[in-house]
Amino acid sequence: MPSPEQWTHPEPGEGPAAQAAQPSREQVIAGLRNTDAGGAEVTQLLTPEGERIASPQFDRYISDVDPEALRGLYRDMVLVRRADREANAMQRQGQLGIWVPLLGQEAAQVGSGRALKPQDMAFPSYREHGVAYTRGVDFKELLGIFRCTDHGGWDFKAHGFHPYTIVIGNQVLNAAGYAMGQKFEGRVGNTDGDGNPSSTDEATIVYFGDGATSQGDVHEGFVWAAVYDAPLVFFCQNNQWAISEPTERQSRLPLYQRARGYGFPGIRVDGNDVLACLAVTRWALEECRHGNGPVLIEAFTYRMDAHTTTDDPTRYRLSDELEVWKHKDPIERVRVHLARSGFADQAWFDQVQAEADAFAADLREFCFNMPEPPPERVFANVYAEPSPVLDAQRDEYLSYLAGFVEAGER
Amino acid sequence: MAAPVKSPVDGAVPAMQKLTIGKALNLGLRAAMEADDKVIVLGEDVGKLGGVFRITDGLQKDFGEQRVLDTPLAESGIIGTAVGLAVRGFRPVCEIQFEGFIFPGFDQISSQLAKLHYRTQGKVKVPVVVRVPFGGGIGAVEHHSESPESLFAHIPGLKVVSCSNPADAYWMIQQAIDCDDPVLFFEPKRLYHNGQLKSEVDTTTPPGPLFASRVVRQGTDCTVVAYGPSVKVCLDAAEAAAEEGRSLEVIDLRTISPLDLAPVFESVRRTGRLVAVSEASSESSITSEIAARVQQECFYSLEAPVLRATGFDTPYPPSKLEEHFLPDLDRVLHTVDRAMGW
Repeated sequence: MPSPEQWTHPEPGEGPAAQAAQPSREQVIAGLRNTDAGGAEVTQLLTPEGERIASPQFDRYISDVDPEALRGLYRDMVLVRRADREANAMQRQGQLGIWVPLLGQEAAQVGSGRALKPQDMAFPSYREHGVAYTRGVDFKELLGIFRCTDHGGWDFKAHGFHPYTIVIGNQVLNAAGYAMGQKFEGRVGNTDGDGNPSSTDEATIVYFGDGATSQGDVHEGFVWAAVYDAPLVFFCQNNQWAISEPTERQSRLPLYQRARGYGFPGIRVDGNDVLACLAVTRWALEECRHGNGPVLIEAFTYRMDAHTTTDDPTRYRLSDELEVWKHKDPIERVRVHLARSGFADQAWFDQVQAEADAFAADLREFCFNMPEPPPERVFANVYAEPSPVLDAQRDEYLSYLAGFVEAGER
Repeated sequence: MAAPVKSPVDGAVPAMQKLTIGKALNLGLRAAMEADDKVIVLGEDVGKLGGVFRITDGLQKDFGEQRVLDTPLAESGIIGTAVGLAVRGFRPVCEIQFEGFIFPGFDQISSQLAKLHYRTQGKVKVPVVVRVPFGGGIGAVEHHSESPESLFAHIPGLKVVSCSNPADAYWMIQQAIDCDDPVLFFEPKRLYHNGQLKSEVDTTTPPGPLFASRVVRQGTDCTVVAYGPSVKVCLDAAEAAAEEGRSLEVIDLRTISPLDLAPVFESVRRTGRLVAVSEASSESSITSEIAARVQQECFYSLEAPVLRATGFDTPYPPSKLEEHFLPDLDRVLHTVDRAMGW
């Protein structure tokens, strides 16, 4: 973790101009993909082999993670993955119009989601089913989007989880505005009676992918959050692929390093390490709540499945890459760590799996029985205020439909 | 309207004042900010400078930098953060410097601002006002004289209005801010500081609801409908026509989406003729919509087809040529002549 001094502007003679020649394409790609455990590039607390690495900087952010809490994180990830696989299968069976799989990104989503406090707000894109789960949004409430019965109608205020945003990058600016509001309302940088940071201070987290970092809205979100010191954590899940485009199609330098250009800290975390994601996100949220302004987290992970169920990854990436990432599985490393440490036995693992299966079965039953939305729903809630014009359109259409009913044609 | 328009704080504004449109907007914004501390103004140069047209003059000095935000120079950022602020419970009023610069923000307007309420079945309200100076006649360079309002009227979920006189400017901006739906507020920039239009504004009582058209001159021979900067052109044309013994009824549309065409239908049923006037190009425009709806509702009353006097279907020309592009008094009268000759 670089020290705060490194956020200052470089001295003359230290800047880019003073450095060596431009990196070659190979060097660029190597830099983008530098994820060696223990390397300077990535924060990791639990290796793919399940070994716990001590971190002077981040251990204190997970000092409360006892065996029970770790089992909880494992259970979260297993349930989320199982629900994801069930939804994927239901799409294949024609029960969902499309599914957006999160396979491989469970640690990034559960770790960061569990770092949030109830008063915080999360702005997702459209793959954050795991974050939704940690915010108490029932998986069933996500299904409407993918069965095309609604656009996502959960209670965003109650859950602190904003509606999904499908246009790439839009939500980053919306989150910046929301975080500015938190700041304007005086919800950052407070202390309690004893001079300690207030437990009611707030922050916002916004999720986006590596592809989104090319969008103007993401750049503008970085600019706005920086100049207004907004309490916003930019959580970039770099899953290596924007549909068929690799990260080198979006950037010449590791994405977390972009933060420096905007004047706030950037950090790369092992996105397949739930403990590191939890710790680093807690740290970043704390920075925000203290009033220090935004932080960029690049969660370095991998999209183990397709972009969506309409995609065919075999056309653009090598199966070798998938095999390499299988060894970095976010759930398996926790399982190994729990087993080796004696924190969980086979009976417990079996119980979690049974619970996940029941969770999925429940989801399936719900999905198959989802009611069709009534036709008047087309016209509902376009405006907050009454709309006589739309009411008239609706009534005219419903009476037209009623004609079919009377003629026995429906 | 979700709530009655709040009166400005006693003593803040004299009950009757002679105002230009620009000053009326300034005082309207001030009244809205005094009535509700969740109302914030944001945009490029709106603080110390008071906006390039000085519409926000003095607001930052009196309300501070957290109520009047000088933003970075990016329109998507202005609209996108306003959406987030509205989700948080604020009532942001965005200023776009010129209509030609709104397009970087078009994505946020059409994808988020217009659709969040529908997407969430009413759980998220986005009471954002986007103020847009629009229209030509100021001798400007490219991108500073356009009329893109129909592009926004075509997007469900948005409301679009335009004012044409100081009293409406003062009240409509407050009513738009009070509206729980997003409102695109198109301001006739060439009339901002027009001394001819300076008139008494009653700051105690609004002249009527926001989303309503209004007959601004009564007549019997032909109906003329317009909005924003074209209303003054049509009123001047009606004055000139009266000297020749022709009686024109002029309707100020005021609301572009939703359209309030009941007064237009009622008028056309009496006059049998309609001329629609707008600076915007004619194809797929507000005047197209008016023509379609009037022939649908007033088919048996029409003595002539609905005719239009509009900007041409060209990009806005270099402003040395704008007198040709803009529908002026003569072109309005010529179009009325054609309608009368049917």
